[in-house]
Amino acid sequence: MTRSVRRTHRIRRTARVAGAGAAALLALSACSSSSDTDSDSAGATSASPKLSGQVTVFAAASLKESFTTLGETFEKQHPGTEVTFNFAGSDTLAASITGGAPADVFASASPKTMATVTDAGAAAGTPATFVRNQLEIATLPGNPDHVSSLKDLTGSGLKVVLCDKTVPCGAAAQKALDASGLELTPVSYEQDVKAALTKVELKEADAAVVYKTDVKAAGDKVTGVDFPESAKAVNDYPITLLKDAPNTDAARAFIELVKSAEGQRVLTGAGFRTP
Amino acid sequence: MTGGPRRARRRGRMVPAPLLVPALVGLAFLLLPLLALVIRAPWSGLPEQLSSPEVWQALRLSLLCATSATALSLLVGVPLAWLLARTDFPGRGFVRALVTLPLVLPPVVGGVALLLAFGRNGVVGQWLETWFGITLPFTTTGVVLAETFVAMPFLVISVEGTLRAADPRYEEAATTLGASRFTAFRRVTLPLIAPGIAAGAVLAWARALGEFGATITFAGNFPGRTQTMPLAVYLALQNDPAAAIALSLVLLAVSIAVLAGLRDRWMSAS
Amino acid sequence: MTDTGERKTAVHSPAPDGHPSEEGLDARLVVDRGSFRLDVALTAAPGDVVALLGPNGAGKTTALRALAGLVPLTGGHLRLDGAALDRTPPESRPVGVVFQDYLLFPHLTALDNVAFGPRCRGAGKAQARVQAAAWLDRMGLADHAGARPRRLSGGQAQRVALARALATHPRLLLLDEPLAALDARTRLEVRAQLRRHLAEFEAVAVLVTHDPLDAMVLADRLVVVEDGAVVQEGGPADIARRPRTDYIAQLVGLNLYRGRAEGHTVRLDTGPAITTTEDLAGPVFVAFPPSAVTLYGARPTGSSARNLWRCEVAGLESHGDQIRVDLTGELALAADLTTVAAAELGLHPGAPVWATVKATQTHAYPA
Repeated sequence: MTRSVRRTHRIRRTARVAGAGAAALLALSACSSSSDTDSDSAGATSASPKLSGQVTVFAAASLKESFTTLGETFEKQHPGTEVTFNFAGSDTLAASITGGAPADVFASASPKTMATVTDAGAAAGTPATFVRNQLEIATLPGNPDHVSSLKDLTGSGLKVVLCDKTVPCGAAAQKALDASGLELTPVSYEQDVKAALTKVELKEADAAVVYKTDVKAAGDKVTGVDFPESAKAVNDYPITLLKDAPNTDAARAFIELVKSAEGQRVLTGAGFRTP
Repeated sequence: MTGGPRRARRRGRMVPAPLLVPALVGLAFLLLPLLALVIRAPWSGLPEQLSSPEVWQALRLSLLCATSATALSLLVGVPLAWLLARTDFPGRGFVRALVTLPLVLPPVVGGVALLLAFGRNGVVGQWLETWFGITLPFTTTGVVLAETFVAMPFLVISVEGTLRAADPRYEEAATTLGASRFTAFRRVTLPLIAPGIAAGAVLAWARALGEFGATITFAGNFPGRTQTMPLAVYLALQNDPAAAIALSLVLLAVSIAVLAGLRDRWMSAS
Repeated sequence: MTDTGERKTAVHSPAPDGHPSEEGLDARLVVDRGSFRLDVALTAAPGDVVALLGPNGAGKTTALRALAGLVPLTGGHLRLDGAALDRTPPESRPVGVVFQDYLLFPHLTALDNVAFGPRCRGAGKAQARVQAAAWLDRMGLADHAGARPRRLSGGQAQRVALARALATHPRLLLLDEPLAALDARTRLEVRAQLRRHLAEFEAVAVLVTHDPLDAMVLADRLVVVEDGAVVQEGGPADIARRPRTDYIAQLVGLNLYRGRAEGHTVRLDTGPAITTTEDLAGPVFVAFPPSAVTLYGARPTGSSARNLWRCEVAGLESHGDQIRVDLTGELALAADLTTVAAAELGLHPGAPVWATVKATQTHAYPA
């Protein structure tokens, strides 16, 4: 626990700078005259008692970039609030929540993981799918091995890393492989999608099957290759308010922001698909 | 005869409460989580869990790699400890601090550092690949290296401490008898510090056996090749906590058996 | 190295006339350690036993370690049987060392401790053990060959250490406080044995001690070291009779004074005059043993003693059946008297006494 909390703090500090820039961009793209009017209108639409205090959001690691931006937006719209994130593997987060960790919102990378939370009676209401994520092949910059399909990964002497079958991205990759009747022996089954991507970023592996969002976040350190089979293994991301949420009102408002047009714009900007 | 009553008195004397209470609290703190693991273990499902060949594969690999890492640590760690304890060179204190660095480094960072050094594209690794065709990441050798990186400092610190406590004049006595410095080390110092080396080796072995972060980062995770028990436990934890607990129990039982066995052997030897 | 060859040379070929320094030890040991400087010249012929005697911190052990090569020389020279050893590492020097607390290897048996040297110098395992067994036998320790050092008594350990040092056939044997680790009773016995073994040893032996008795019993020649320098050198009897520093005088149990002689009277640099039997002129030492002093409670009448001083008791110390009395006053001196005499005089610190010494019991010699 301590480790994830500390990590959250560190991320927050760096995210604040990035978030501010992203918020400025948002303000520009919305063509509004000033960001002040933006937050005013948002405050007016919520029409609820003034929100304050801390909102704790447990979110899947793949949501890090987009949720950090949304957190900044939320704090701007509701001065006096503070959004704290715990980004980690969905299963780890689910285990923390069922273990009694104090959190307001849980955004998972898979319905299966969300189910463990709802089954434990820790969720308030029914989780809603807010985005979907699709797999993509991450190759070395410029795709020097000319990978163009999932099949290209199975033959040749390419070093491929997959996520372990126990984590969502691994399960999805297996689903895509099964659907296309392919056998793929990777050099490693990584513990999460970021680890798989890191191996390609460090050029230790030639390719990895990861989420589109991760490829996008990695910038020019990897090159993404779409493959048709990915459509057969799309991941739904459900989000829910938690039953023991210390700050229910603010948590609801944050979920609304995620589902709003503005939230969806940020998320699709990061590579997610709308549900 | 004189020892009799004294020994009896010592046995009968009360342990002072300011020592006893914290000691028991400390013991409970260390044992309770392990006890909880045993209590909550899915005993009924255990036979099924243990019948999986992957468990034994991971266990075999763990023991093999931890033992190899310990051997490697001994091979280079003991001379390193000697260098730190018995010679004087500029910047020795700094070097000692560097040696302990892997102790404070988060193991995952250690793994990344190993990739940057010995990876296919690493500072040294690219030459290993070009000249000798050796690649270390994603191999069992990589597991051994990652475990050695994390475990060796324990051995070096332990052996260096023992060396500092050992009387260097025994080495002098050996040289006056015609032994070179190396012979003096091999035939006199080494046997003298054997208990310290053994203690350090056990520490290193235990640390290597439980190694997770550096291993999965540097060597990846592939059953039978680089998936050691801690990796298997971690991944099982993602969707099957019961299996994870079962695997942990196996790892615990085996390490206890090995450590207790070694201890008995030393006890009877000395 | 051909140790045995060298030994033969030493034993069989007599030293050529005019070059006596070719054989044995010829050294000037200079070790500079910032605040401390050792500068000691040492020469010895094969068969000599030289004792380095001096108070703690005088540099004796440093000198010994320099001879063994464990401390590098910062100056001077070191030649053994004509060969320069200054730059030779300790393992290549034909030198054997018996360390103060013996430093027997605790993990090896007595036999393997002794066999260690021959093994390092090239003997096979079996051969080294045969040699070691012979040495232990010579030391009367054949029954303890298989014992670990911690099972040996102090005296046995000392003999194993000696056997271990001798087993490499050294041309220079060094002994650092060889008896210091022993209790009084064992010491007596071991000292006698050590004396026998040293007498049999055909090369140079140098021993370091702060105990004058050990030095005088074991050595042919004493080199007294104080503050890193030699203050006196000579045979045990000579040094005992003619000490040249307070330290030696105290060691050998003499009252020692420095003064200027005019005939039979020696005028002390500080204090009164002492009448002696010797007829000397110029700077001299005067010495007399504490037992030569007679004490009186009141000024003696009719005493023929010319040396009569008024003193005061500074301290009392019992030495066996004797009492050593430290006196201050006109002349600071130590006096020995029997317990009975001390009781009759009612001596106690601060008590006034008269001290006399007969001129015939003093000994004056040029400084």
